Amino acid sequence: MATQLVKGNTAAVIGALYAGCDCYFGYPITPASEILQEASKYFPQVGRKFVQAESEEAAINMVYGAASAGHRVMTASSGPGLSLKQEGISYLAGSELPCVIIDIMRAGPGLGNIGPEQSDYSQVVKGGGHGNYKNIVLAPNSVQEMCDMVITGFDLAFKYRNPVCILADGVLGQMVESIQFPEKAVQPVIDTTWAVSGTAATRENLVTSIFLDFDLLEQFNYKLQEKYATIKEHEVDYEDYMTSDASIILVSYGISSRICRSAVDQARKEGIKVGLFRPRTLFPFPEKELRAIADSRKCTFVSVEMSNGQMQEDIRLAIGCTRPVELLNRMGGNLITLDQVMERLREISAREEY
Amino acid sequence: MAEKMAEKIIGRPGGLYAEFPRKGGAAPTATHYCPGCGHGIIHKLIGEALADLGIQDRTVMISPVGCAVFAYYYFDCGNLQVAHGRAPAVGTGVSRAEDNAVVIAYQGDGDLASIGLNETIQAANRGEKMAIFFVNNTVYGMTGGQMAPTTLIGEKTITCPEGRDPRFTGYPLHMCEILNNLKAPVFIERVSISDISHIRKARKAVRKALEIQRDGKGYAFVEVLSTCPTNLRQDSEQSTRFVNEEMEKEFPLDNFRDLSAETQPLLRGESDFSRDSIDKLFNLETESSPDAVHDPTFKEVHVKAAGFGGQGVLSMGLTLAHAGCNAQRFVSWYPSYGPEQRGGTSNCSVVISGESIGSPVVYSPDVLVAMNRPSLEKFAGDVKEGGIILYDSTIGAWDIPADVRGIAVPAMKIAGETGSEKAANTVMLGVMLSLGVTDLSRENFREAIAETFSGKQKLISLNLNVLEAAVKWAKENI
Repeated sequence: MATQLVKGNTAAVIGALYAGCDCYFGYPITPASEILQEASKYFPQVGRKFVQAESEEAAINMVYGAASAGHRVMTASSGPGLSLKQEGISYLAGSELPCVIIDIMRAGPGLGNIGPEQSDYSQVVKGGGHGNYKNIVLAPNSVQEMCDMVITGFDLAFKYRNPVCILADGVLGQMVESIQFPEKAVQPVIDTTWAVSGTAATRENLVTSIFLDFDLLEQFNYKLQEKYATIKEHEVDYEDYMTSDASIILVSYGISSRICRSAVDQARKEGIKVGLFRPRTLFPFPEKELRAIADSRKCTFVSVEMSNGQMQEDIRLAIGCTRPVELLNRMGGNLITLDQVMERLREISAREEY
Repeated sequence: MAEKMAEKIIGRPGGLYAEFPRKGGAAPTATHYCPGCGHGIIHKLIGEALADLGIQDRTVMISPVGCAVFAYYYFDCGNLQVAHGRAPAVGTGVSRAEDNAVVIAYQGDGDLASIGLNETIQAANRGEKMAIFFVNNTVYGMTGGQMAPTTLIGEKTITCPEGRDPRFTGYPLHMCEILNNLKAPVFIERVSISDISHIRKARKAVRKALEIQRDGKGYAFVEVLSTCPTNLRQDSEQSTRFVNEEMEKEFPLDNFRDLSAETQPLLRGESDFSRDSIDKLFNLETESSPDAVHDPTFKEVHVKAAGFGGQGVLSMGLTLAHAGCNAQRFVSWYPSYGPEQRGGTSNCSVVISGESIGSPVVYSPDVLVAMNRPSLEKFAGDVKEGGIILYDSTIGAWDIPADVRGIAVPAMKIAGETGSEKAANTVMLGVMLSLGVTDLSRENFREAIAETFSGKQKLISLNLNVLEAAVKWAKENI
């Protein structure tokens, strides 16, 4: 097994190479640019295809093209770029095309700044573009997962013929940690039952998102919802850290969850019964698992996120508002600090009697 | 009449389906286009060439948004339907993924010259292997007759009801002329399908554009002046006259470029998916570190390094992280990032731990390395009780917080005397090594320096010398 110190953005490209990703199309934006740069460096060296697109819209539509041809294709950007890509993502979902899209979130709205934030949650998890669709959304919290989740992402994208988003942030993109390299390289095979590859085997195929007939389009929408239900049934993934006896449940993903983990360790030393529930998939959101915790005991949930509480809403929905769900957040490019989490934990444990 | 029949130059081409089941409805052989619309003729010309050139299996036809949104009802080949104006970008994706594919984008004036103008120009400029058939009828058809970028001056549409007035809406866009300024396109021609003699010429241009695709030679653009009797409220004679007399005046028919004879096929090669090849990209055989080992007895060390951009604080942090890695510790390195930070101060956080690391961001460092005064001002107050501040002695006198140990290191001086002032950052590593604050060995640091300057033997030996000089200084002076 090979280990190297690697930057998060580079790890995503490493994951893509081992995942059999054939094409990369992207546009520069801080703090995601290294993904584009590393792809431009490594992809051509193994004959993979790379284009620096003229715009985010062009990049996502190049993704649409290569995905239509049945190939494994990836793009990456950050908030403002993701906003621009939404049209294309809606078409990808509507045409049931697989691809992996990485969002290295920065602070918004508008141009905002290049500091880390988790404020693309809603636009990525809820759909973002027009229409009744969902992305599968994976949330890494380490450089290792930046690599591994791209590989998982391609598997899920092709399993369900659906766009997969890797929702990361500026810290995860920029930080360096050691990763263990994948031990398997995927040998991609084109699925000729739906792809349009310019071959005799795929000549009869059509990739489209148009259904002129209202009833047919409604049927298609129901079919999509069934697909999302299947995904919810089978693909939920999360990490559960010391929640079994906890009366305070920190719910956090991405870089914020790393800080929460440190807080759990420290608070436990102070005798505070706290645990961390970390969704690794944001769609599907681990609803049942959170509900089970809420149903099992009196407890307080705290959504720890670098946004205005975008995930907090999903926690409330998941537990049916049966327990309080507080928000602990920072915005504007600021990280949540260990001290901030500790302060809240002490405050809650002093206030609540469990 | 018999003469007219003889003039009928196109039968049902093999490149179009015999019937159109995707369209549905009661008339399986009728198209969805209006009477007198030019699309039918253009479809036939393309369909005929696809069959004659034997490229239907290889063809990926891209339907746009516009009246031709349903082009996939008709073309007997692989079909994609795409977003408004994005066909050249989608075509780029197809063509890069499938080198052998014949990619065709069929687009109207709003699609190609308005919402998709950027994609149009950029794909042409990259010389993508695709044929673009640009149907110019001076008006938005599907949405009901709005002004197009190619609407003629004075021409009435429902969004310029008094006629196009250049004072408010500019002038018609000449796409062939615009693209003819680019170097990459192989073929650019403007044709018309207003009548039989024009259709004959159009047929040749269509065929040439597709031959270029068959041979994989690059980008071909054919603008077709066409009719829209419905939206322009014309009968067939009026629409013929409109194209021949008014449109042609604004959009002269011409072959702008044909480099097909002298252009060689462009081949982009096969993708390599083998694990060995990817492993080699990252030199996994020679450049792997040992895996981290859990060691709860090791006290986690938090280091912050800060200084001007160019003082090497980020690379010093990375070297330290490498050293930790070599000692089988868990490590993380996190920089202040982005080109926006260049020229100002930069800093990085390094965490070295015996367990998997929580936050990679250091707020209260055990060790602060400050290479300039602003860094010292900014971070000195954050250093943990009992922590250490290493700062360059050129910063001068500084009030170190009471519970913190401050060490002024003549880093620039030591580095300058040993080889290069640029290695002042390595002096700080040497002092850390000597003080034992990171619990890392001399060998860990030496290996890390070799990794940081991988392959640059001169720099490696210079920095190793600086490291030793710093250790010597620390032993004698601290």
